[in-house]
Amino acid sequence: MYRRILLGLGVVLLLVLPYYVGQFWLRLGFSVAAAGIGAIGLTILTGTAGQLSLAHAFFLGVGAVTYCALAGTDADLVSLGWPPLVAALAGVLLAGLAGLAFSPVAARLRHIYLGIASIGLVVIGQHVLNTAAPLTGGFNGRLTPGIVSDAKVSIGGVPFGAYEKQWYVGFAFLALAALLARNLVRGRVGRAFVLLRDSEPAASSVGIAVQRYKALAFVVSSMYAGLAGVLYAVAIGSVAPSSFALDVSVLYLVMVVIGGLGSVAGAVAGAAAVTALPVLLQEYAGYLPFLAEPGSGGVTASHAARFVFGVAVIAVVLTRSGALHRFRPSALGSRS
Amino acid sequence: MITFLSLLLTGLSTGAIYALVALGIVLLFKAAEVVNFAHGSLLLLGAYVTARTWEAVGFPTAVALGVLVGALAAVIVERLLANPMRDAAPVALAIMTIGVDIVIATELNRRMGPDIVVVGHPWGGTAARLGDVAVPANRLIALLVAGALIVAFLVAFKLTDWGVAMRAAAEDRETAALLGVRLSRVTTLSWILAGALAVVAGIFLAGSPTPGLSPAVGVIALRALPAAILGGLDSTTGALVGGLVVGVAESLAAGYQDQLSFLGRGFGDVVPYVVMIAVLLVRPAGLFGTREVGRV
Repeated sequence: MYRRILLGLGVVLLLVLPYYVGQFWLRLGFSVAAAGIGAIGLTILTGTAGQLSLAHAFFLGVGAVTYCALAGTDADLVSLGWPPLVAALAGVLLAGLAGLAFSPVAARLRHIYLGIASIGLVVIGQHVLNTAAPLTGGFNGRLTPGIVSDAKVSIGGVPFGAYEKQWYVGFAFLALAALLARNLVRGRVGRAFVLLRDSEPAASSVGIAVQRYKALAFVVSSMYAGLAGVLYAVAIGSVAPSSFALDVSVLYLVMVVIGGLGSVAGAVAGAAAVTALPVLLQEYAGYLPFLAEPGSGGVTASHAARFVFGVAVIAVVLTRSGALHRFRPSALGSRS
Repeated sequence: MITFLSLLLTGLSTGAIYALVALGIVLLFKAAEVVNFAHGSLLLLGAYVTARTWEAVGFPTAVALGVLVGALAAVIVERLLANPMRDAAPVALAIMTIGVDIVIATELNRRMGPDIVVVGHPWGGTAARLGDVAVPANRLIALLVAGALIVAFLVAFKLTDWGVAMRAAAEDRETAALLGVRLSRVTTLSWILAGALAVVAGIFLAGSPTPGLSPAVGVIALRALPAAILGGLDSTTGALVGGLVVGVAESLAAGYQDQLSFLGRGFGDVVPYVVMIAVLLVRPAGLFGTREVGRV
């Protein structure tokens, strides 16, 4: 009951916030929503289905580039000028297809082997994105077309610009993604994933097609990443291949680990923490005497945030508690 | 032909360096079921110490210091973090090392900034000539040193008490412990060795033709992971073969870049991963790795 009341209050808060807060918070909120969707995808794959993957950045890239090429209006690059929402949907589907294409590898490899093979996917993806310059703009990247129009509308006496409208789009997608994920994890497929994680022989002996379900987990997760990539591209305004380096995958892993592997709400909380911390430290650096200016050689806001992430990951794995959300005892899978 | 030979030699020397790093990774996996994602950072840490101290204490002492710090950092990670959670799933241990990697890499990035720190190899950037084939002296010395270290390692692995204990522990931990093998000592020693080997590799990686030490060297060192995986994570032979395969493939792809231009510029950097995925498609446990029993 309390959960429902809290959830309702949260929804109301998200709905009215654009009336009160400024651009900085609206943009930050949109970034959090984008990262939250990606983190939900990874927590299904790594937490629920027990497959360690560092390939998330690659699928974000596929989604983002597809969106930019389909919705773009850039004359120098491949640009089809589709409606943004259709282009976003296409980005999700193409990311899913990319996941499907990799699933023959993903479904055969176990645990740690997949983790390392998935690094390969990111490195190869970087190369492909850099090489496919007409599509991606090469090293310099390309501008992201907006997902909502810039035209101002007035609702209740408050002018709504792109950032306000974007906020609602972002959180609508996040809510949809979370709802789908919750139903997936609680349903038949989710139970199959959990059994797959805990014991492949057991899963196989009760009639779960192990390879197919592993592939399915991978595809679902890459579609989430695709949508996250589209929104991430919109949030930062322009994307280059280097926006989808291995580092991004690692940060997503940090999100789902500190949120508690396998927990949808935890993934969103982790995404909020990882996305907001460096931005907030930077914004309020003036009040934090231990932070140095970038380029001065001292500990800057982004260094400080990374130290926190590293230590948090170690602490969570060591103690398996103190997570932002309940951390299931078997969340990291069992020895097999 | 001469191009080919010089590319082959360059590839073999790079491969020998990768093999040193991969050997450490395999060692840790055999001893403690840890896949150490922080290995690149340990390598960078030791090489950084060497790069910062050689002007004051001379190159040989600086190398010793770097290796010492690398080994020490490895032991700290083992005693403080890996050992307390030794019964956790391998995936959990791997995630823990990713956390360690973030911390060490951030600190080193902060200290180095955008600079390239020179590691003062006495042989500098001179080129060695073998007949008509020219390679950087640094690479040739790396090949010799790595070869010697690998032979020494294999001999120790076969003959010394540590080697026997190590192999027994990798075979069956519980039985080994019952027979009086001190598992914790074996594991600690493995971390020391892995850390030290990585730093030696790092010092060579930061030398000619690379201009010096920068965070990019850590990215290059990461290619030892595909090397270790394609050879098989639990096979020392696999680490050696994997290292050489990756090194040679990378060198050839970079050298024949013009003929391979349809694959895009800088394809050499990607080759290790392409080879890895190709091998894993055919053999999911790598070339020499133990196949997991049980079909599903």
